Amino acid sequence: MTDFGFSISKSATIDMDAVDMELYERVCRQVPSARICMSCGSCSASCVAAPYSGMSVRKVILALQRGKDVRTMLSNCMLCGKCSMACPRGVNTRNLILTVCRNL
Amino acid sequence: MIYEGKKRIWSEYQKDIPDDHWYYVRSCIRQNFFPASERMFTEITRNVLGKDLYETPHHTTCGGIAYHCDTLPQETAMTIVARQFALMTEAGYENYVPSCITSFGNYAEILETWEEFPELEAKIRENLWKACRREFQKPKYLAHSSDLIFHWRDAIAAKAKHLLVNPHTGAPLRIVEHIGCHYAKMFPSKGEGGAEYPYVLAGMIESWGGEVVDYPERRHCCGYGFRQYHVKANRGYSISNTYKKFESMEPYHPDAIITNCPGCPYFLDRWQYVIAEQTGKTYGENGFGIPVLTYEELAGLVLGYDPWNLGLQLHQVAVEPLLDKMGVDYDPDAKYLGVNREDIMRPELPKSIRCY
Repeated sequence: MTDFGFSISKSATIDMDAVDMELYERVCRQVPSARICMSCGSCSASCVAAPYSGMSVRKVILALQRGKDVRTMLSNCMLCGKCSMACPRGVNTRNLILTVCRNL
Repeated sequence: MIYEGKKRIWSEYQKDIPDDHWYYVRSCIRQNFFPASERMFTEITRNVLGKDLYETPHHTTCGGIAYHCDTLPQETAMTIVARQFALMTEAGYENYVPSCITSFGNYAEILETWEEFPELEAKIRENLWKACRREFQKPKYLAHSSDLIFHWRDAIAAKAKHLLVNPHTGAPLRIVEHIGCHYAKMFPSKGEGGAEYPYVLAGMIESWGGEVVDYPERRHCCGYGFRQYHVKANRGYSISNTYKKFESMEPYHPDAIITNCPGCPYFLDRWQYVIAEQTGKTYGENGFGIPVLTYEELAGLVLGYDPWNLGLQLHQVAVEPLLDKMGVDYDPDAKYLGVNREDIMRPELPKSIRCY
């Protein structure tokens, strides 16, 4: 193969027909408030682990909706619960994280 | 897709195009990439259709490439453009037709800017006078050369020797049309059919008997993008764009692609070789690529010109599968013969994609 000094990047397009939503749906059945998240990011702003690890409940929900792996992100959560105090929609974020961990 | 609905929307965006007396300005790069395209435009305009088309050797770059590469300020580009308009005024013309899509976008942008900021136009007039003692009138009509071929598409169809129809099966050829980004994405009202439903190339395909292929990434950039390709570190982004387009059009099995921009045919053509080298994938039939033509080259084929006089041997992707489908007679042994049948040498052929 010729080395051109550059290569084709993988497309960032998400094929929603190919995404496995099973985990997200299962979590939503156990924590129904997960469905009312509006992705405002208050959880990420209040998260003490976020600046050092990239942990964000908003990102966790988005990743679940796209069928992506969330294990690494969740392993950084200290379960302090500040995100649940900051959430304007009343999403039970701490319970959500524990539920995801139990279902993995 | 509700195709009839799209056609209705397109019809609302027809722009006024005078039928004759045009001042023609060539592209900086097209003559290097696909050298017979502009030659074919002048041939069709003057000799086939008998129109008045004027061009001058004093014409220079419009400054569009440097402007879009951020290497010169817009006021400099404006002064260069003002000089082009002065040459047109001195020649006694008022209909201006550039060959290059980026030039077309550049002219449209500058005329619009002068409309909004007349004090800037006054300053540019002063700059031009100080620089070269010239004055100018703004063109009454600005059109891209593909607009003119679109305008005359039915006249060309009336003289056609080969329509975009497979003579063996009677089926229309499936053609992808790719419009340069600077044609109508900046100023939708300046293009035939606006930005979302440009009809300029689709109209040619339909008039000449072909079938337009609609696919998800139809309006996606070809991948050239001046800041993408010209910086080597960004070329992966450039080819990724092209790859995305080909992956999107592949299921529709197009017979050919036509474009109206200097960069698009080059990158859609050359990147097919690079994609084949990097991934082993080809998008045409039997290991060939999808032939990519400029609209002038396609018009030339429709009118019955010899493909090797149209410079089709300079394409990376072999055009022979398309010529066979159109029923065009050609001499395979003459592919690499130039003027007076002199050998112009054969390129080394790649192994990853079939070529002749």
